[in-house]
Amino acid sequence: MNLSVKIGNLKLKNPVMVASGTWGIEYEELSGLDNLGATVLKTITLKKRTGNPAPRIAETASGMLNSIGLENKGLEDFIKNKLPLFDKVSSPLVASIAGDDDVEFKELAVRLSRIKRVDALELNLSCPNIKYGLNGGLIAHDAKATYKVVKAVRGATPITVIAKLSPNVTSVAEIAKAAEAAGADAVALTNTFIGMAVDIDTKRPKLGNVTGGLSGPAIKPLSLRAVWEAYKEIGIPIVGIGGIMDAADAIEFMLCGARAVQVGTANFVNPKAPAEIVSGIKKYMTGHKIKDISSLVGALKLG
Amino acid sequence: MKQLKAKILSNDKVAEDFYRMRIESAYLAKNTKPGQFVEVRCADDVDPLLRRPLGAHRISPGGIDILYEVVGKGTEILARKKKGEDLDVIGPLGNGFEINNSEASVLVAGGIGVAPMLTLAESIGHQVTRSPGHQKSKIHVIIGAKTKSNILCEKEFKNLKCNVRVATEDGSKGHKGLATDVLKKLLVTWQPGNLATIYACGPTGMLKAVAAIAKDKNIPCQVSLEERMACGVGVCLGCPVKVKTNHEYKMVCKDGPVFDAEEISW
Repeated sequence: MNLSVKIGNLKLKNPVMVASGTWGIEYEELSGLDNLGATVLKTITLKKRTGNPAPRIAETASGMLNSIGLENKGLEDFIKNKLPLFDKVSSPLVASIAGDDDVEFKELAVRLSRIKRVDALELNLSCPNIKYGLNGGLIAHDAKATYKVVKAVRGATPITVIAKLSPNVTSVAEIAKAAEAAGADAVALTNTFIGMAVDIDTKRPKLGNVTGGLSGPAIKPLSLRAVWEAYKEIGIPIVGIGGIMDAADAIEFMLCGARAVQVGTANFVNPKAPAEIVSGIKKYMTGHKIKDISSLVGALKLG
Repeated sequence: MKQLKAKILSNDKVAEDFYRMRIESAYLAKNTKPGQFVEVRCADDVDPLLRRPLGAHRISPGGIDILYEVVGKGTEILARKKKGEDLDVIGPLGNGFEINNSEASVLVAGGIGVAPMLTLAESIGHQVTRSPGHQKSKIHVIIGAKTKSNILCEKEFKNLKCNVRVATEDGSKGHKGLATDVLKKLLVTWQPGNLATIYACGPTGMLKAVAAIAKDKNIPCQVSLEERMACGVGVCLGCPVKVKTNHEYKMVCKDGPVFDAEEISW
């Protein structure tokens, strides 16, 4: 049975990654380290960011809103203090980066590409809790801005580049096409959906930042559809993300065109979810007599 | 920290909307200290999705007790769980209280904030018995609640020979008013230089007031904070509290939930 997939130059022993901001070395004891296809690290920026005020989390029906605001200690601290903690992680490491504009993205990419332990870059063009300077909103809301940033990074690094896009657009496929045209090795679909929740007693938003990103099972059908729409339009691999809790969810994404998947919010509920998803996929492949997982990608039957 | 299935040994209603659950786990019993918490999965399904952070209320040789208030979907499901069922928990989490060898300890609990205070009082009691130099040490407990029926654990604290004072907002028992009124009154006669420590858990407003009183009296004070959490282990950065140093955030789940009151930017 072959579970391995390739995203650009990145070889994954199985298609299951953990999503940025949802897995850290703190989970080592709970989830194990050796079962992941790749580990995507928490997004870093050039300079330190303090993040948004509390509350940053609000639970919603079968989902959660977050408004963390990319709290991180910046690139230098990441290289010096954070990255070494992941030495014991055997899977490839994907650094997630966010810059204010193409210049910052490029600088982050150049610096990180020099580090041997960084196997790939995920460009966070779609954090709904910050404003990017380049276009005063989310870069992934704008095909031109997306093209500009991906192009700048592509020209600056030989390692695999994954563009993480926003679902809060008229056509995810249009933005994905721009990322492909600019030289991205893959797109990750999708980041969180912008949402709100209100406390009716205090009449205040449940998040300190008023709005936040919705994740969890609530968004799975929406992300799935985004993957399918993009799959029909682009040739580069898609990494499916959005409410994946178990193997069946992951397989749905693959059938709709995802070559790999990321498990995010599920980690908070069940830190063993990624490992259980890998074994669940194996079981499914055995049951359906599938020898190579690649044959699942886009195998959705219509008509 | 471990994720484990712990058997529910009991789950009893102790007052309107308040429940005490005992779960069996030699691991948690051995490794949990007062002020630490566990993340409990309430539903097997995805709604409610997130785990609930609940403080250890009592640590016994075979497991731990959790005292909780039914405030929403998750705790409603928890309240319906029966003896013999398994509970999916991750823990122990957080830092817990640092027990000082003080001549006097003052425990201030507001509402469900009483939950971690019982195991803290037990630990302070044990420590005092073990350290001959501090025979005179005294534990004062101040319990604040909305009304008489919400005063929890008074008997348990008295059994531990604590000096218990009560405040209710409606005056149905003890002092009519806030726990912090009682704290101020208690400290009036205390001399500067008295070796005391204040430990507090309750609503943020109460903790802020306790911190101000402690600062005024120059008494060390530890506060246990509450915040909405997702992961509970420091990964998601979802439970920030602003600290004075550089106006930065610390995480309630990993850096806390217990903080030196002086550290917090109230």
